[in-house]
Amino acid sequence: MTATAVPPPVPVVRPHDKANIVEVDELKVHFPIRGGVFRSQKGAVKAVDGVTFEVRRGETLGLVGESGCGKSTIGRAMIRLRIPTEGSVRFDGQDLSLLSTKELRRMRRRMQIIFQDPYGSLDPRMTVSAIIAEPIETHNLAKGDAKQERIAELLRLVGLDPMYVNRYPHEFSGGQRQRIGVARALAVEPEFIVCDEPISALDVSIQAQVLNLLTDLKRRLGLTYLFVAHDLSVVKHISDRVAVMYLGRVVEVGPPDILYAAPGHPYTRALLSAVPVPDPVAERKRRRVILKGDVPSPVNPPPGCRFHTRCWLYERLGQPENCRTDDPMLQPVAGVEDHRAACHYADEALKTDVGIAHLDDTLVRRGTPPAALASLAAARAAAADDAVAAAAAEELEAPAFSDMSPDTAAIEASDGLQTQDPTNQNTPSKRADRWRRGRFGR
Amino acid sequence: MTGSEDVSLADAPTIVELSPEDVLRARGEAIANAGMGRKADHLLEVRGLSTHFSTPDGVVQAVGDVSFDVGYGETLGLVGESGCGKSVTALSIARLVPDPPGKIVAGSITFDGIDLLKLSVEDMRKLRGKEIGFIFQDPLTSLNPTLTIGYQIGEAIKEHMGLPDKAAKDRIVELLSKVGIPRAKDRLKDYPFQFSGGMRQRVMIAIALSCDPKLILADEPTTALDVTIQAQILELIQKLSTEFGTAVLLITHDLGIAAGMCDRVNVMYAGRIVETGSVDELFEAPRMPYAWGLLDSLPRIDDVRGDRLRTIEGLPPLLIDPPVACRFNPRCAYTRDICRTEEPELTVRDSPGHLARCWATEPGGWIA
Repeated sequence: MTATAVPPPVPVVRPHDKANIVEVDELKVHFPIRGGVFRSQKGAVKAVDGVTFEVRRGETLGLVGESGCGKSTIGRAMIRLRIPTEGSVRFDGQDLSLLSTKELRRMRRRMQIIFQDPYGSLDPRMTVSAIIAEPIETHNLAKGDAKQERIAELLRLVGLDPMYVNRYPHEFSGGQRQRIGVARALAVEPEFIVCDEPISALDVSIQAQVLNLLTDLKRRLGLTYLFVAHDLSVVKHISDRVAVMYLGRVVEVGPPDILYAAPGHPYTRALLSAVPVPDPVAERKRRRVILKGDVPSPVNPPPGCRFHTRCWLYERLGQPENCRTDDPMLQPVAGVEDHRAACHYADEALKTDVGIAHLDDTLVRRGTPPAALASLAAARAAAADDAVAAAAAEELEAPAFSDMSPDTAAIEASDGLQTQDPTNQNTPSKRADRWRRGRFGR
Repeated sequence: MTGSEDVSLADAPTIVELSPEDVLRARGEAIANAGMGRKADHLLEVRGLSTHFSTPDGVVQAVGDVSFDVGYGETLGLVGESGCGKSVTALSIARLVPDPPGKIVAGSITFDGIDLLKLSVEDMRKLRGKEIGFIFQDPLTSLNPTLTIGYQIGEAIKEHMGLPDKAAKDRIVELLSKVGIPRAKDRLKDYPFQFSGGMRQRVMIAIALSCDPKLILADEPTTALDVTIQAQILELIQKLSTEFGTAVLLITHDLGIAAGMCDRVNVMYAGRIVETGSVDELFEAPRMPYAWGLLDSLPRIDDVRGDRLRTIEGLPPLLIDPPVACRFNPRCAYTRDICRTEEPELTVRDSPGHLARCWATEPGGWIA
């Protein structure tokens, strides 16, 4: 580092754009490393090291990267669960670091977080009702019966039966617990939710249920998500824009259809080449890009481009000097303003098919065969006819009465949102009850 | 990284350039050659295996009547969600089910012509680690943190191969370079904490391969790793199993990994094998609604973006009190009365090697 005359650059803060709900400028989050007798600072883990991006109102921004790249730290800094070392986070145009405690608390009503671990993020000694009531009470949103009604409504919203408000978290399965976490986040009617790896602790079939729930809620409630995950397929499925992180930096950002089809950063290509595809034909076509060694330490990131020590393109181009000396900025790829990559040679990367040769979206999705889908559709149609006939018959006898609005009925009919009933499922609750009875001799 | 001693890493291409035909041919040759001096039709034959656990709540029927073969040199996948019995199947084969509470209550396991369930504890100990190697999910808990990795790899070599110290040390260094650990010679005295997750898993693979086993049981070998490191490790397992003709029983919940690594795949649900077939048959035309549901509920990286995923309703059952008849019937969208009263057998579908356990897709069924 040159410690001479060059004045530090004045942080350029972009003017607020009304279309953005969160704006992050030159954000740095460093964790000090202390050592020695006086616990003096020896260095810092640069978890997030100069990141600028925005989350647009109503979108889902996917944030992907490998462990230790800083994606969760960014998510937390965005709702001020972590205090940034440098840079700013503005929510709706207001810099969060300039708010008083009181103002920040009011602001927090508008932003919430869903955590990864459905086991660790719910207090085991609180009932479901108490867990969801806590944010409502903190923000004085409802009292007494209104509060209980609100809790029941939230549980229905996430597909749980309100009968179970007095149960404890251990009585629910992982997927159901994650639904409770979602209900707690929704309790204060937020606009923006940070989803920090919300499905990675769940089984495949349960992951799909929770993903569908998040998609439905976003549409119905007009939410904005920051979706932090390591799984590129999931991020592609749920996001309107995707940001790829490596070693504390965003290295590429763009709409998934463009970013996955023509990635401009060699790291994005290496990641894509590493994702297994559940299709033996595509798998045999897949050319894995082997990144040598491990991710460098975020205490001493490599000079120049942080990825050059493991970059296949750098080797292929004969180790150009500027990769080792100049830190690349996010630049539009092939003139597309919305798709940016931080690579000096993004154009060269675009000329190859490395990492994406096997991704052919003309492949037919395999799974339920057409014959089965047809039989299912026929069965549903028959059931619907029966229901109409039954309703008609009933109408003759008595005036029709339904306490279910068409809206609710539609939601309950859609497969991801069935009300899950812990008693007639073979859930851990039953097991736990039995265990307690056995243990205490009742 | 210093280049000179770093043999296997320096040799490794940055981008793997093998055509699909090459991959298939190499696997075919490896499997054909692996049978040299074979003592049975299949390296591993599991017949009617049932493993139960006694708990205060009742008996958990973790594995129920499971039968399958692993051919010499073949990679067989065992896929399913957590709690479906795939790990207990592997533990049963190794006779490592903790007893009590677990017990193999029925069935036979024949390994290279030897009935494993009839072996004495001492004979089984001689076989474990020598003929059968293990790779587990979490390399940090599977390695002893207080012993050097050189010692831990050497343990099996000295025990089973009876090599003198010098020869054993050479073998350890050779193994470590083979699995891609740079400066192998200098790292023998290092402890597990001095290695990263991916490197620890490489050490595990070196231990698994140390005595040239005929079979490796790999239980979720890459679940704890990042995707780029996962790609390295899977590449390594595939390369080494092809090179040495080692059969692999690969347990995974990731259908993508199964599609890329396996020759044949067994799908397990609630302690039962519900479908089995070659990897191509199984992914191209699965014949069991649970397999359909699994494939449907995966967002795919090569997919056009869709709005909602088709899901499997409900939760996997607890195995204390599994559903009667077909174990998938409470979650299945195609259930009819027979599914609730009688359990279907694994029966042949489109080709002799493709079997499924489902009334609906049987010949004459309602989705035949």
